Amino acid sequence: MRALAGVSLEIGEGEFFGLLGPNGADKTTLISIIAGLIRASAGTVAVMGADVVAEYGRARRMLGVVPQELVFDPFFTVHETLRFQSGYYGIRGNDAWIDEVMHHLDLTAKAGVNMRALSGGMKRRVLVAQALVHKPQVIVLDEPTAGVDVELRQGLWQFVRRLNRDGHTIVLTTHYLEEAESLCARIAMLKAGRVVALDSTRNLLESFSGLLLRLGLESGELPAALAGRVIEREGAHVTLRLENHAELEGVLAGLRQSGVVINEFDLQPPDLEEVFPRLMERP
Amino acid sequence: MASFATLFYKELLRFWRVSFQTVGAPMLTALLYLLVFSHALEGRVNVYQGVSYTAFLAPGLIMMSVLQNSFANSSSSLIQSRITGNLVFVLLAPITYAEFFFAYVLASMVRGLAVGLGVLLICAGFVGVRLEAPLWALAFALLGSAILGSLGLIAGILAEKFDQIAVFQNFIILPLTFLSGVFYSIHSLPAHWQTLSHANPFFYQIDGFRYGFFAVSGVPRGIGLAVVGLSFLVLSGATLLLLRSGYKLRG
Repeated sequence: MRALAGVSLEIGEGEFFGLLGPNGADKTTLISIIAGLIRASAGTVAVMGADVVAEYGRARRMLGVVPQELVFDPFFTVHETLRFQSGYYGIRGNDAWIDEVMHHLDLTAKAGVNMRALSGGMKRRVLVAQALVHKPQVIVLDEPTAGVDVELRQGLWQFVRRLNRDGHTIVLTTHYLEEAESLCARIAMLKAGRVVALDSTRNLLESFSGLLLRLGLESGELPAALAGRVIEREGAHVTLRLENHAELEGVLAGLRQSGVVINEFDLQPPDLEEVFPRLMERP
Repeated sequence: MASFATLFYKELLRFWRVSFQTVGAPMLTALLYLLVFSHALEGRVNVYQGVSYTAFLAPGLIMMSVLQNSFANSSSSLIQSRITGNLVFVLLAPITYAEFFFAYVLASMVRGLAVGLGVLLICAGFVGVRLEAPLWALAFALLGSAILGSLGLIAGILAEKFDQIAVFQNFIILPLTFLSGVFYSIHSLPAHWQTLSHANPFFYQIDGFRYGFFAVSGVPRGIGLAVVGLSFLVLSGATLLLLRSGYKLRG
C-alpha cells in the first residue's frame, strides 16, 4: 500500500513546527518513518543530519517521540518506566533529570504508582516524560492533547514552549487548530500523503485575506445584496466575509436600511479553523 | 551495553513480578506429574538398570519445565508488548537487533533455568537426585533454554494475537516435549516410532540432559550435543535475521 507520496520537508533547528491534516493524511506514517518504526519504500529522512536508517543510533538519540496511542507497560511504576526508558538510550545515573521531568509534568506524586492505576491524562504525561528522558534535540508530539483535560493541556504547552525556548526543535501534530495557530511558527498541511501547504503560520493566514463578521440578528431579514458574503448561517447567527475594514461601513448601512436589528457583533481576522478546510479543498 | 543490560533487567523483572504464575505454577505442574506418574508406574517400568522409574522421570520433568518456560517467557513477553503497543518504547530507542535478541533470550533462559532448579529441588526431596556428569546436564539445559527462548521470539514475531501463541505452544511445543522421552525411554518403542523420535529435536535435549544424571544416554552424548548445538546455531541465526529485517516489528 502506498501511503506518503513525494513529501519533502526541511524543519530548521529550534523551530516550532506544525504538521496538520485530516485523519488519513498519513501524518503518523510520516512520524513513524522519522522515528524508524516504519521503513520507507523510497526516499531518505535525516534527524540533525543523521540518516534514520543508516545512522539509526545517532538519529534516535536525538529524537524524542510522544506516540499518539496511550501505550504503557502494566508491569511497572512511573519511575521504573522512566528509568528503563533512560537505560534503553544507554544513559545510567539519570535520576536528577528524570526527577526534573517528573516535576515539570506534575508526576512526582505518582512516581511509585503502577502505570495501570493512572488516569488517561496521567498516562499521557508519562508518555511525554518518556520522550524526554534522553534530552533529545528534536521532540515530536503526535496528537499529544487528544482527549486530555484543559489543565493538562495548558501545563503541557507551557512546558513544551519552555523546551522550545531552550533550543529544542518541536514538531507537533494536533487536531486542535487553535493550538497549532498559537504555538507553531511554521505549518505543513498534509492531505492524502502529500504536502498541500507549507508556510509560516502568519503567511498562511494572510494568504486568505479578509475578515469574518459574525452577527446575531434580533429581527429583520438579511438584504439580498449581502447574500453573496454569507459563509455560514445558523438560526439567527450569520457569518459574513469582508475583504477589509473599509467594507464594514457599507455592510452596516445595508443592514440598517433593511431594518435589521443586531444583538451580537464580532469582527475577526481569519483563523486556521477557517483557512484549513479551504486549503484542504485545493486539488 | 547499557541498553542491553536495561532491556535484560526489564525482562527479568517482568516475569519476576508475577513469579507465582511464571515460576510457581509450572513447579506445581511438574510436582503433579511426578506424583501421578511415579504412583502409577513405579516398580512396573524399568528403564535403566538400577534406576527407579521416578528417578528416571525426574530429569525428564526438569528439562521439560526448562524448555516450556523458556519458550513461554519470550513468546508471551513479545506478543504482549506488540499487542498492547508498548514495544514502541524499545523500538524508538537505539537498541540493536542483537541486543534485543540477547536480552529476550537470556531472560527466557533465566526463567527456564529458575523453574528447572525449582523442579530439581522438588525431585531431590522425593527420590534423591544424583548428578553423575553435572556439566553435561548444565550444557544441555543452557542450550535447550536458549533454543526455546529463540523459538519463543520467532513465535512472538510471527503471531498476530495471543491465540496463535497458544496454538504454537499446544500444537508444537507441548507434543514435541511430551513425545521426546520425558516419561519413557524411546528404546521401549516400536522400531518406526524410535526412528520418528530421532527426528524430534527435543529428544536430543532431554536425552543429553538425562545423561548428566545417569551417565547413560539413548544416543552417544557427542552426537546429542552436536545436534543440540546445531539446532541452537540455526535457530538463533534465523531469529537474528528475522529481527534484523524488522519483519512485523518495524512496519
